[in-house]
Amino acid sequence: MSHTFDEISQQLKRRHRKSARLKWISMGSLGLAGLFLILFFADMLSKGLPAFQQAYIQTEISYTEEAESDGRQAFDQELLPLISRTVVRVIPMELRNNPEMIGTSEAQWVLANSEVDQYLKGHRHRLSEEEQAALDERVEAGQVDLRFNSTFFGSGDSKIAENAGILSAVVGTVMTMIVTLLISFPIGVMTAVYLEEFAPDNRITQAIEININNLAAIPSILFGLLGLAIFINFFGVPRSSPLAGGMTLALMTLPVIIISTRTALRSVPDSIRHAAFGVGCSNWQVVRDHVLPLAMPGIMTGSIIGLAQAMGETAPLIIVGMVAFIPDVGASFTNAATVMPAQIFTWSGEPEQAFVEKTAGGILVLLTILISLNAFAVVLRKKFERRW
Amino acid sequence: MNSQAPVVNDQHEPAVGQPYTRNDQACHDLSIRVRDLNLWYGKNQALNDLNIDLFQKNVTALIGPSGCGKSTFLRCLNRMNDLIPSVRTEGLVEMDGRDVNAPKMDEVALRRRVGMVFQKPNPFPKSIYENVAYAPRMHDLVSRKAEQDELVEKALRSAGLWNEVKDKLQEPGTSLSGGQQQRLCIARAIAVQPDVILMDEPTSALDPISTATIEDLMDKLKEEFTIITVTHNMQQAARVADYTAFFHLGEIIEYNDTKVMFSTPAKKKTEDYISGRYG
Repeated sequence: MSHTFDEISQQLKRRHRKSARLKWISMGSLGLAGLFLILFFADMLSKGLPAFQQAYIQTEISYTEEAESDGRQAFDQELLPLISRTVVRVIPMELRNNPEMIGTSEAQWVLANSEVDQYLKGHRHRLSEEEQAALDERVEAGQVDLRFNSTFFGSGDSKIAENAGILSAVVGTVMTMIVTLLISFPIGVMTAVYLEEFAPDNRITQAIEININNLAAIPSILFGLLGLAIFINFFGVPRSSPLAGGMTLALMTLPVIIISTRTALRSVPDSIRHAAFGVGCSNWQVVRDHVLPLAMPGIMTGSIIGLAQAMGETAPLIIVGMVAFIPDVGASFTNAATVMPAQIFTWSGEPEQAFVEKTAGGILVLLTILISLNAFAVVLRKKFERRW
Repeated sequence: MNSQAPVVNDQHEPAVGQPYTRNDQACHDLSIRVRDLNLWYGKNQALNDLNIDLFQKNVTALIGPSGCGKSTFLRCLNRMNDLIPSVRTEGLVEMDGRDVNAPKMDEVALRRRVGMVFQKPNPFPKSIYENVAYAPRMHDLVSRKAEQDELVEKALRSAGLWNEVKDKLQEPGTSLSGGQQQRLCIARAIAVQPDVILMDEPTSALDPISTATIEDLMDKLKEEFTIITVTHNMQQAARVADYTAFFHLGEIIEYNDTKVMFSTPAKKKTEDYISGRYG
C-alpha cells in the first residue's frame, strides 16, 4: 500500500514539531549558561575593576625633629585620619636614615586611607561628618585623586587594606607551578609513554590504568592530606613552601597529564610506527624520533590544562599550610608562600569593606591568567593540528 | 629466464643452504629459505607448514584471496609480526645462513637488511629530504653532510622520484601525490641499502598510472634488490613477477615460475583462482 505525499507530510509534521521543540530547549539551556557566565563576569568586573585604582592625597610633609620619634607629627592634624598608616609609620625610619632631611618640608602625593578610597568610589565607609567635609574640600581643590593602584600589583599582602597587594601570591603561584611542572610533566609523560608504547597488555597494566583513571577523580583535598602526611611529616619538606605545595599539586596533576599524553600518543597513527620500525628503528627511536614529536602538541595542551586546573586549586594547599599571611614576596622555594586562590580566600574573610574589591580584583587577575593559559593551549592545538 | 620451477612441499629435503628445487639445482641464488613455518594469532592458526625458497634479485609475487595469510607471511620475513602481541611463530626463516627468529637475531639488524613498503603510503610527516636521510643517519651509514646529500639523491633517483622533487626537498613528504608518496617510501626503504624489499600491496591505494610507474620501478629495482610483493591483482603478478606463490587458507598451494603458473597451473585450486572463479 502506498501513501501520497500529503499523507506522509501529515505524519511528518508531528516529528518536525518535536525536533523543533528539542532544538529550542537545547538553545535555551545554552542561553541560560551563557547568561550566568555574563552575570558572573559583569559582577566580578564591576566589583574588581575599582580595585585597580587607589585614592591618593596631596599633602605637605614637614620633617620636624618630633617626626623622627612620632611620624604623625609630620602631617596636618586635620588630614592625618585620612592618610594611610603605612605612609605615617615609615617617616621616622626615613628620617633616621637621612638626618639631613630634618627641618625641610615638601608637598607629596601620599597613599590615602582605605576609608577615603571607599568614600571616593561611593562604597560603604566609616568616615565621620567632619572628615567627609574636610575631604570634600580637598577633592574640590584637586588635592585628592584616584590613581592606578601600583601597590595592588607591586606588593604583598597586608592587614592594612590600602597596602595589600597580590604580587606575593602571584610569585608564590609561579614558583608552585614551576615545582608542579618539573615533577609532573616528566613523570607523567614517561609513564604514559611506557604504558602506551612499551608495556605488555596484561592484568597488571590494566590495573594500573584503572587506578590512574580513578586518581583523576579523587577529591583534591585528599591529595592535600597525602602531601601533609608524606612530604611534610615524613620527608620534612618545609610547611607552607612552594616546594610542598608544588609537590602536592603535582600528585593531582599527574593523572591528568598521563591520560592526556596517552590520548595524544594513541592519536598518532600506527602507520607512522610501522614506517619507523620498517626502516629499522629500535622501540625507543620510534618513540623519540617519530611518535613523541607528533604527540607533543596534544601533550602540551593537556599539560597546560592540567596546570591551569592546579593553579585554581585551593583545598590541598590549605592542608599543606599555604593559606598564610605572607606580606613578603617569596625569595625561595622553601620559604613560606601563598598562592592566588588562597590569597583570594584570605581576603574574602576580611571584615573591612575595602577587601571586597581586593577579593574581586584578585579573582580578575587569577581568571585573566587562567583564560590566557587555556587560550594558549587552544592556539597550540590549532597551530599543530595535523591530518594524516 | 630459467623455466625450471621451484617447488614446495618437496618430500626430499635438500641439504641446508641448498636451494629448494625439484632438481636440486639453483635457478637463482637463494635469498630466504622458509621451512615448516607455522603462525598463530592467539589460537587461530594463520600459516600452516609453509615451505618456500625466495630467490635473489627477482620479483616474487604472493597472490591469493583475502585472509589467506600472504601479508602475514610477508611480515614474518622482517619480524613485523613481533609488534602484534598475540602472534606466535614456529619454524625456520633463514636468511644468509641465520635463523631470523633466533633469540640472538636482533630485529633491528634484520629490518636493516629487509626493508618494507606498506599498502598505504606512509611517509614520515617530515621533509622529503628527511624522509630519506633519517634511516641512513640512524644506522650510521653516512657521516658527512655531503655523503648524506649524495645518498638521498641516489635513493630518490633509484625510486624514479628525483626529477619531480629535486627542487622541493624541504617540503613535507605528505604534500606529494599518493603515487609520489609511495615512491618516496620506496626511496626511504632502499636508502639503507637492504638486500630484500618487502612490498605489501604497494599499489592498492594508487591510480592506474601511478601503479604502472611503480611496476616499472619494481622491474628496475630487481637488478639490485630481492623484491617480494603481495598483490591482489593477478595481472600485476603476471606483469612484474618472476616467481609467483599462490596462498590459500594459510597454505602455499603452488609456487612456480610466473609464466608457467599462469599458463599451466599444476593445481586445480590455482587454476580456479587465476581464472577468477573465486577470490
